[in-house]
Amino acid sequence: MRGLARGAVTLAVLLGAWQGLVWLTGLPRYLLPGPLAVAEAMQRQAPLLLQHGLTTLTEILLGLVGGVVLGSLSALTLARFRAAQRWLMPLLVVSQAIPVFALAPLLVLWLGYGMASKIAMAVLIIYFPVTTALFDGLRRTDPGWLDLARTMGATPAATLWAIRLPAALPAFWSGVRVAAAVAPIGAVIGEWVGSSSGLGYLMLHANARMQIDLLFAAVLVLGLFAVALYAAVNALARRALPWQSDTQPAGGLNG
Amino acid sequence: MTDVLLRSGARPVPPPVAALPVTVSSARLTYGGTVLFSDLTLTLEAGRTTCLLGPSGVGKTTLLRVLAGLADPEPPTRVEAGDGRPLGGRIAYMAQQDLLLPWLSVLDNALLGDRLRRRKPDADRVERAIALLARVGLAGRERDRPASLSGGQRQRVALARTLMEDKPLVLMDEPFSALDALTRLRLQETAAETLAGRTVLMVTHDPLEALRIGDRLHVMTGRPAAIGPALEPPGTAPRRVDDPALLALQAELLRRLAA
Repeated sequence: MRGLARGAVTLAVLLGAWQGLVWLTGLPRYLLPGPLAVAEAMQRQAPLLLQHGLTTLTEILLGLVGGVVLGSLSALTLARFRAAQRWLMPLLVVSQAIPVFALAPLLVLWLGYGMASKIAMAVLIIYFPVTTALFDGLRRTDPGWLDLARTMGATPAATLWAIRLPAALPAFWSGVRVAAAVAPIGAVIGEWVGSSSGLGYLMLHANARMQIDLLFAAVLVLGLFAVALYAAVNALARRALPWQSDTQPAGGLNG
Repeated sequence: MTDVLLRSGARPVPPPVAALPVTVSSARLTYGGTVLFSDLTLTLEAGRTTCLLGPSGVGKTTLLRVLAGLADPEPPTRVEAGDGRPLGGRIAYMAQQDLLLPWLSVLDNALLGDRLRRRKPDADRVERAIALLARVGLAGRERDRPASLSGGQRQRVALARTLMEDKPLVLMDEPFSALDALTRLRLQETAAETLAGRTVLMVTHDPLEALRIGDRLHVMTGRPAAIGPALEPPGTAPRRVDDPALLALQAELLRRLAA
């Protein structure tokens, strides 16, 4: 609770400085609206924000689920089959040199203006951190455990399932945390390139019409999504890993 | 607290199969261009505890790993069990680290072998695991997680897990060396009592530990390493730490180690 209170104080000071800047400089509302104007826009445009927010939230969540599932399957395959590791790992690493954002127009072309292209974008962004995190975790099994499993007559598949996978779960959850943080970026980039709905679409639209207060309101809603998602993933990780010594991750979201 | 010099009275856990003599002969292994040992022979007598002592890095652990099937020896190494059948799948292994899985309860850790062989433990196995945990002094702790146990208690779970394996040969690699002195003495007692009647090979660097629980003590020295003749302390394990005969033999062992 104390962490939350401190965060609120910091936020209040920043908002005060922002409002002060607007008052002192007298910048017009279409260049830099103050926090009060943004709050007012948020209230006034609530139904609009809700409608577009729901689109983006759906894209983020579906992308997250798809990316985590695909990434986990890839990591398990890489860890289980040495041949997969030799043939696919270099490709996987090189593929990360391609800026995913450059693919966004192509995805829109292939999958259309609807949600599918945005979900695909989010999946692409999430896939790599999840794969590498889980694969690293699977590779770093305590050699003593592997020796013990061998003397007990365990098959490689049984060792993977009963020892290596549970031991890799902390690494997996840090991968999912990263994924939760980048998933909204994927969805919004997809919406910028071409869409008719979503917070990214709303931002472009508001920007073009000089409705900067609405643009800020949309950014704020997106930020709230990101924070809520991060907190939810943290809570899930904690439930899934009750055996891990409970060290607080950095940041006061659970404080 | 019981006096560690007294017997704690744990009954031995009867081995499920007839004790098995095991011989490793003409063993040869090179590591990074260095010959660790060559033409090495060690006999583990049926139903007795053989202790292998020696300075660090002499190859004791490597020899144990050869027996465990965890290290690949070079020809003409031969590992032979008394009944002529291969040794693979018939050993239980206990290491210096307890190797408990932190996400499993104490009971599930004791039953790890079943889990790894994809066999759901039946009521008999569970009952036996609970009895074994009680035998090593952990009654009532079955549902706890390893993190809530002390180092000595964790190694007791590892001992119960080793006994649960019901294998004719037990291999122990410095199983108590990470424990404090008093805990180590207590655990040596429990181990000697529960393992009585089984064929055991224990690698250790502690002469007193070997004298307390070993029936036959070998010293391994040199490079390439050679194994000296067996030293057989009188009486039955676990021997008392203040036994004068033990202290005399300890001097003899230290002399052989330094040679």
